[in-house]
Amino acid sequence: MSLNKPTLEPERYELREGPAYNFSFDRRGFFKALGGGIVVVSFISKARGQESGGGRGRGGRNIPQEIAAWLHIHRNGAVTVYTGKVEVGQNARTSLTQAVAEELGAPLGSIELVMGDTERTPYDMGTFGSMTTPQMVPQLRKAAAAARAMLPDGPWESINFAEVAKNGTLVKGVTGAGKPKQAVDWKVMGTSVPKVHGREMVTGKHRYTSDVKLPEMLYGRVLRPEKFDSTLVSLDSSAAKNIAGVTVVHDGEFAGVAATTPHAAAAAVGALKAEWKSQPQTSSKTLFSDLLQPAEGDRRQANETGSIEKGLAEAAHKLESTYTVAYIAHAPLEPRAAVAEWIGDKLTVWTGTQRPFGVQSELAQAFHIPEQNIRVFMPDTGSGYGGKHTGEAAIEAARLAKAAGKPVKLVWTREEEFTWAYFRPAGVIRVRSGVDKNGRVTAWEFHNYNSGTSGINTLYDIPNRKIGFHASKYPLRQGSYRGLAATANHFAREVHMDELATAAGVEPLEFRLRNLKDERFKAVLRAAADRFEWGKRKAEAGTGFGIAGGFEKGSYVAACAEIRCESGKPPRVVRMVESFECGAVVNPDHLKNQVEGSIVQGLGGALFEAVDFEDGKILNPRFSKYRVPRFHDTPEIDVVLVDRKDLPSAGAGETPIVTVAPAIANAIFAATGERLRSLPLMGTSPTRPAASGAAI
Amino acid sequence: MPRTIEIVVNSVRHSIDPEPDRTLLSVLRDELDLTGTKYGCGEGQCGACTVMIDGLAVRSCQTRAAAAAGRRITTIEGLEQHGRLHPLQEAFLEAGALQCGYCTPGMIVSGAALLARNPNPSESEIMQAMQGNVCRCGTYPRIIAAVKLAAQKRKRSVA
Repeated sequence: MSLNKPTLEPERYELREGPAYNFSFDRRGFFKALGGGIVVVSFISKARGQESGGGRGRGGRNIPQEIAAWLHIHRNGAVTVYTGKVEVGQNARTSLTQAVAEELGAPLGSIELVMGDTERTPYDMGTFGSMTTPQMVPQLRKAAAAARAMLPDGPWESINFAEVAKNGTLVKGVTGAGKPKQAVDWKVMGTSVPKVHGREMVTGKHRYTSDVKLPEMLYGRVLRPEKFDSTLVSLDSSAAKNIAGVTVVHDGEFAGVAATTPHAAAAAVGALKAEWKSQPQTSSKTLFSDLLQPAEGDRRQANETGSIEKGLAEAAHKLESTYTVAYIAHAPLEPRAAVAEWIGDKLTVWTGTQRPFGVQSELAQAFHIPEQNIRVFMPDTGSGYGGKHTGEAAIEAARLAKAAGKPVKLVWTREEEFTWAYFRPAGVIRVRSGVDKNGRVTAWEFHNYNSGTSGINTLYDIPNRKIGFHASKYPLRQGSYRGLAATANHFAREVHMDELATAAGVEPLEFRLRNLKDERFKAVLRAAADRFEWGKRKAEAGTGFGIAGGFEKGSYVAACAEIRCESGKPPRVVRMVESFECGAVVNPDHLKNQVEGSIVQGLGGALFEAVDFEDGKILNPRFSKYRVPRFHDTPEIDVVLVDRKDLPSAGAGETPIVTVAPAIANAIFAATGERLRSLPLMGTSPTRPAASGAAI
Repeated sequence: MPRTIEIVVNSVRHSIDPEPDRTLLSVLRDELDLTGTKYGCGEGQCGACTVMIDGLAVRSCQTRAAAAAGRRITTIEGLEQHGRLHPLQEAFLEAGALQCGYCTPGMIVSGAALLARNPNPSESEIMQAMQGNVCRCGTYPRIIAAVKLAAQKRKRSVA
């Protein structure tokens, strides 16, 4: 029977003696290993399959492509939920547990999630894009609701689970929408359930990847070139090989060591004598003019609605501004790490990644072995922020382990993490606009060079718009970062809206509301302004208030910032109020925590974070040189949650970061009259002065 | 044959090999398997590796193992006593003062050391004492709240 049809009737899967189809986990006797009980498999439609359960690049794999998740109720009532999503601090483990508890009526403590394990969980493209809440939560609720329907009525404690499944494993498949509870009827969802496994974390017992220890495990180190894009010309490893217990690997461009202690590994990698060849490379000094160079094939196209020229002709004030955004690093406190173990031709890797199945594919390609021979397991990890999508450490550890014939742990040093990971793309954004005498924006032309398309479209009600993303030649390895380009695009858009408000002589909040039809957007702006007492409080000398709003990934956000400027000192953010609306709130306290964290993390990129580079080298690859937000940088933070129980829940890990920088920049303008258009606002390097405009 | 030294970790005596340059962090994590203490930067800038030596918060990545000989070392694993959490561990859970949790052991040890010498710290004293600890998830306001909460708990338990 084919499982690839998008429409599957649930009844077809209501089987009494195990599934009739060929799950790859069934082939391994997985269901038998569960020891009976009830299994509910949640299927999704093909269209959704791209994100969860999807099949891109899954050639030759025997897992049905539409499985999103499944859950098992043991004969003793213990519930185990299997999902390919991972926990990186966003508290998905907790919110998903809540979703299951809500529909199943089971106590939270009886539910355990198995997450991000390619052997035991269904395929999942990865944990990114704020997709866990809008996609995985409904899938699990559906499965849990179906499981509940298979059980007798009455409280959870009264159910005889062994009796329900007395004839072996009871298996059911569910598709379609199902009938999960309405948000107004939630009892467990919508409440501030404490963090699952919090106790293990505060006691130091939780094992992150970097804490995994296997018998006979060795410690790895990789030889890094001095510059990017270097070719290894020659390697003399004789001195390293003389150190007791050291294995040296030299395979093409890869060179590394494995040793019995981290200390010996460091000594051995230091003893490798390598000659590298590289070409001269660019520097951050010319970054923004470099980024205006088109990538091969980029035609500099933009989408036009209405006519920019007509809109400009109608304008009473016309503006043209350029904004820039520096490269920044994720700097997750747990650097990339992996532990790899080969048993015969089978490979097991523990690694901190937002894409365990993606890393499995990377490993299959790197070692020319089938994916079925590779198990990637992701312990709850020391954060990612979009920075852990790739599997470098996993591949490196596996290569070393293969040569050494023993398990190898590789933990990147902080310097490696700052250098050999990838960065949030830098960008240049050019805006041309016009506003009429009534304070209505008539023309909006917006070009983003390199940083990306997320959040590029404006929700302001503007008749004439031209918006385009332009791919550029870029100097550093770049990739996902919390919120993606929505931060850059909101920075440019919301600062420019402030410039237009000033030009039109309209108060900034009123100006935004006047140019908006979207009621959800207006509601978050008003919610933040009310809490901030916008328009009621008067800024004292040397202080300034700024406002910014936005929308991305299904949720709305607005921020008000208060800045204090004292002469001779950099401006200080003393207060941030942020309102956030992501539909029905699943866990208010964890949501507040995400919003607060986004504000604090956003302060770094807004004020002082920037990757400084020159000729293929990162010049500030340490916390002593790359400043991240600390206790003293943290303002008073006030979060206003707008709970819309009538709307589906959207993800929340990213969007709250997008309004931080523009609100601060606008507050600095209010305090000083200086319009800053370059992130970070305090300058791109401690040794360089802050530029008031983008120097291109 | 290298001589060994003795260190006392969480009231347990251990004999270790004091290789030159070997850090206390490495001894704790790789030899004693006390992995609650984390590596974050290797230059004493992030505080993830914080332990107490004779009651003071120190960066174990910047401390040579040999320098810890004969001293009393407390790691995050040593704060829980007979299954009872340290008041600051409880407070972190109550205040939800963590996301990914990787900085948490270092934060708690720094905070516990502060509370041991100053049972009722002000907000600025907390920030001063913990400025060297980085939380990339940005839970600083909650961590401050947790330290204050723990101070109140201790006061209540003494009263």
